[in-house]
Amino acid sequence: MRKLDNFFLKVASGSYGHIIKRDDIIWWKAWGIRILSVFFALIVCGFVTVSLTDLNPIEMYVTMVEGAVGTPRLTWNLFQNTAILLCVSLALTPAFKMKFWNIGGEGQILIGGLATASCMIFLGGKLPNGVLIPIMFLASVVAASIWALVPAYFKTRFNANETLFTLMMNYVAIQLVAYFTLEWSVPKGSGTPRTLEFGQLPTLLGQKYLINILVVIVLTVLLYIYLKYSKQGYEISVVGESEKTAKYIGINVKKVILRTMAISGALCGVAGFLLVAGTDHSLKSDTSGGRGFTAIMVSWLAKFNPVFMIVTSLLIVFLQKGASKISEVYRLNSSFSDIITGIIIFFIIGSEFFINYRIKLARKEKNV
Amino acid sequence: MKKTLSILLVAVMLVASLVCFTACSDKKGAEVSADFKVGFIFLHDENSTYDKNFLVAAEQATAEMGLKPEQVIFKTNIPEGNECYEAAADLADQGCDIVFANSFGHEPYMLKAAKEFPEVQFCHATGTTAHTEKVANFHNAFASIYEGRYLAGIAAGMKLNEMIEAGKITAEQAKMGYVGAFTYAEVMSGYTSFYLGAKSVCPTVTMEVQFTGSWYDEALEKEAATKLLSNNCVLISQHADSMGAPTACENAGVPNVSYNGSTLAACPNTFIVSSRIDWTPYFKYMIETDLKGEAIAADWCEGFEAGSVKLTEINDKVAAAGTKEAIEAAKAKLISGELHVFDVNTFTVKGEKLDSYKADVDTDADYTPDTEVIKDGYFHESEFRSAPYFDLQIDGITLLNSAF
Repeated sequence: MRKLDNFFLKVASGSYGHIIKRDDIIWWKAWGIRILSVFFALIVCGFVTVSLTDLNPIEMYVTMVEGAVGTPRLTWNLFQNTAILLCVSLALTPAFKMKFWNIGGEGQILIGGLATASCMIFLGGKLPNGVLIPIMFLASVVAASIWALVPAYFKTRFNANETLFTLMMNYVAIQLVAYFTLEWSVPKGSGTPRTLEFGQLPTLLGQKYLINILVVIVLTVLLYIYLKYSKQGYEISVVGESEKTAKYIGINVKKVILRTMAISGALCGVAGFLLVAGTDHSLKSDTSGGRGFTAIMVSWLAKFNPVFMIVTSLLIVFLQKGASKISEVYRLNSSFSDIITGIIIFFIIGSEFFINYRIKLARKEKNV
Repeated sequence: MKKTLSILLVAVMLVASLVCFTACSDKKGAEVSADFKVGFIFLHDENSTYDKNFLVAAEQATAEMGLKPEQVIFKTNIPEGNECYEAAADLADQGCDIVFANSFGHEPYMLKAAKEFPEVQFCHATGTTAHTEKVANFHNAFASIYEGRYLAGIAAGMKLNEMIEAGKITAEQAKMGYVGAFTYAEVMSGYTSFYLGAKSVCPTVTMEVQFTGSWYDEALEKEAATKLLSNNCVLISQHADSMGAPTACENAGVPNVSYNGSTLAACPNTFIVSSRIDWTPYFKYMIETDLKGEAIAADWCEGFEAGSVKLTEINDKVAAAGTKEAIEAAKAKLISGELHVFDVNTFTVKGEKLDSYKADVDTDADYTPDTEVIKDGYFHESEFRSAPYFDLQIDGITLLNSAF
């Protein structure tokens, strides 16, 4: 015991070395650390695979890649799923940059989807698609915006905790959608969502998901410009850094919070719209598929940079698709692929530590 | 002489070879080629009793048909959404000749894939639209599980009789509880046949039904069972797919009639018997038929005789004496046609006996009644389509809530 205490004492006092905050790191070093972390993750995953199953880890990684991009259909699926996840991540980012923890993406997507589905059901067949689709788009953007404004209003008015508030709003949205799913299900009472025939997004160049992908690419560019070059984007950063500074230099903090959450909700609404009108053509309470939560990780990993988010969302979706292929090919329970994905993500997140800090080992000196 | 002999010999050989060939082709009418593939789509994985029942049957059927592991692809945890379409299309891309999906909500997505891949057969369990959609390569299948539930109901009724005789409850207190997923024909047909089975041996029995609004939600199912127990139900059965209700029964020491398969291992002190659909016969039928190049039936429904409806071993520790014999006797009568589960003389609706009822057999959003289903003194379940359409609320059963 005493030996152990001694060890910790020595660590704490810096006898072995120090952890030092890096001032700045050259981009290639940062990316080197990230790539190295993926490499180490794959090695650890290999050990885990060999010890738990009788699989060859190399073959397993090949299977993962096949599951993600093995056929043109799978590749399109990969891009489509990446686009939707990216869209949600874009949505959360302005709020996060402002240090407003919007955990309500899931609910905001669903409310957007609900608005889209209502339009498809009640206006479908009565209006041509050329009119219907813009109405659906507007309805979902407005509905999700309002949904996101509720916690923002309570934050500005009563300083209510936005993390809990947005989180709770998810459950309200899930129940609302569950109610309407049952209400609209065919046959009624079965819980099977109705297929929405009218107002489906058109196929472009024979690719049914291309329009989703294009919409999200445009949004990514717009949000990048908005955050980096617009005055409003700058206000968001200032409020995020320090509300007091913002007030001092005359920024209306409440207005910024409300406006930013409206944008955040609106983008989630777009994701809901794309999911319901562009891919699923139906609505149920798991249409959002946990993306409201996964997007938090995507946004953080990319350090709130919309362009980096393309990479991080692609990585997450790639891992998901590859993992499900592993359970398909090797008939393994999906928990195993969850373990593999978990290890890889853990290493990637862990690598940020080595990018921000460096460990300086104590030099061995004689006569200590 | 030599010539006649040789002609005779040749003739014999010809005949023999013909016999042999026909015999061979009879036995192996369906030769499995190496590139034949079957793909299966499951809603959950082996942790759900419902999916496990399908998984085991798929493994058994494909092994019996001589398919190698690489000729069989399983996709588990496929939600009832666009993911199902993508999974089905991916299986078709991988060269599957047959794609099967096991959950009711997979249907529209399977249909969508069927239209896109006309050369692949799409088979779907528990669906309702194949007979009206008339897409040549899209097929529904079910089993007359209501007969199995009726037999399970007999086991329940006999247990109640035992409790009454032992003085544990009075005849009027013979109240069962039932945890159902949705207020929907498949579930209603199930609990009604279960109830009628119990009533056939215990005339005073009543039943309460609590719906969860989900096919698989362990917590909700447990909660529903607990609620029924607090309402003084003395026996519980369920039509939902988790271990929620059986576990609640085991914890409370109340007998349970299970579904989808035996829950004996987890509930040794309360499990009586379980009815289940064995999908092996259907899987073999669909593979065999496709290999022969014949058309798979649009609506397939079989029962005891084909081995599609089964009862697990009875747990003698909990079941009343004579349960096995009573079940065997009723089963024989059901097979011979002497006994019908939904005999109009055995139940009333709002105090009245029914002699005519139009059911919604051709599925639509508003449940438009379209087919007369009461003939010859009984409700003809699963005859006009494979999936159940019995949706009457009969007397003696109280619905505590509804989940449409």
